[in-house]
Amino acid sequence: MRLLSKKDSKLIMDPLADNNPITIQVLGICSALAITAQLKPSIVMAVSVIFVMGAGNVVISLMRNIIPSKIRIIVQLVVVATLVIIVDQVLKAYAYSLSKELSVFIGLIITNCIIMGRFEAFALANGPWRSFLDGIGNALGYGVILIIVGFFRELLGSGTLFGFKVLGDSVEKTGLYAIGYENNGFMVLPPMALIVVGIIIWVQRSRNKELIED
Amino acid sequence: MEHLELFFKSIFVDNMVFAYFLGMCSYLAVSKKVATAVGLGAAVIFVLAITVPLNWLLDQYLLQEGALSWLGPEYADYDLSFLSFIMFIATIATMVQLVEIIVEKFSPGLYNSLGIFLPLIAVNCAILGGSLFMQSREIETLGLALNYGIGSGIGWFLAIIAIAAIREKIRYSNVPAPLRGLGITFIITGLMAIGFMSFGGMLTGGDEVAEDNVQTVDGMVTAQKEHKITDLVIEEINDTDNK
Repeated sequence: MRLLSKKDSKLIMDPLADNNPITIQVLGICSALAITAQLKPSIVMAVSVIFVMGAGNVVISLMRNIIPSKIRIIVQLVVVATLVIIVDQVLKAYAYSLSKELSVFIGLIITNCIIMGRFEAFALANGPWRSFLDGIGNALGYGVILIIVGFFRELLGSGTLFGFKVLGDSVEKTGLYAIGYENNGFMVLPPMALIVVGIIIWVQRSRNKELIED
Repeated sequence: MEHLELFFKSIFVDNMVFAYFLGMCSYLAVSKKVATAVGLGAAVIFVLAITVPLNWLLDQYLLQEGALSWLGPEYADYDLSFLSFIMFIATIATMVQLVEIIVEKFSPGLYNSLGIFLPLIAVNCAILGGSLFMQSREIETLGLALNYGIGSGIGWFLAIIAIAAIREKIRYSNVPAPLRGLGITFIITGLMAIGFMSFGGMLTGGDEVAEDNVQTVDGMVTAQKEHKITDLVIEEINDTDNK
């Protein structure tokens, strides 16, 4: 017996590539880019969004028949805000320095357009299990892009991954630095996040010609 | 002076779009035409100018540690700041709804140009971001909060108009097929953000910049310090004058 039916696994796999929330649907970029200068905050952000989206989609889906459609935006915002407060308090309790580093961007998960978009487009019309899968899938698609951007920006910008000096020591000139390699300090600055995402879009669309806009 | 500095800082140096990527979703989705971009930009300025001061009041008299002391001494050590996300977003959502109703009632013309964007704005990161930055930067007075709201609104407005104008023109250029549309918009925004970074050195209040300089050149240290001291003296003179 398979764990997921074909239709269910499509819910998870689609957003990872051909229907990626960031590069194709253009949602949720707001909070995504500012925190990707290093890998660690990117992963924390991705995990937070996976939690908020999975849980939020289930809650909204369970309540979908009792929410009056006129005030659904406020109901959705309250659900997301509650979940984000939980994430924020957990981070403050167990990873205080990270939570300082992410500062307002954890709060901005509330207005992350992916979450509201999936609530509107999916959770309001589907059962809890399918909504859960859809939420996890989209959050994973978001997380993958975040981690790719974070990986390249930390590697090329400061020559480290998770703070480990994988390319050698830039001060003592060991490893790659011995043969004249230099860190590209530009990668750490905010504008490069946009350009890296632009390049990811370029690569993805040249591999899959159907995605090209006219 | 304080007001002027905050105003320019929130427009150029701490630009919502180019420095913090806030409101990117609507920035990318609604920037295909200048006319619609102007409508959305104006709506953002409007809503930020209302919600930031309002949330400042909430933060000051309800949420901060010790903010409830106006109720009586026994409430003085309550700290409700963990509720700020939910309070801020509720204020924003209700204010947007209220503004929509009022504008529809009293100014149908404005409603036709602004109205369709208002529901979009409730979930615009720039609005919530404005309130959260206002909180984390500990802005001191209501006037400054209003100033910050309007300033960052104008910064967002400028950004979306600039990108909309560029996107209207870029239709005539030969962009590589996979980059067309979204890809090139990202890269242009990145380049614009690099341009906006040069505003970073514009303001005298840049303490971080001064500290960086201290570390690099020893000879500069005294110069910087003297500079800072003269600044302080001038500030003091201004203060006494004001009194």
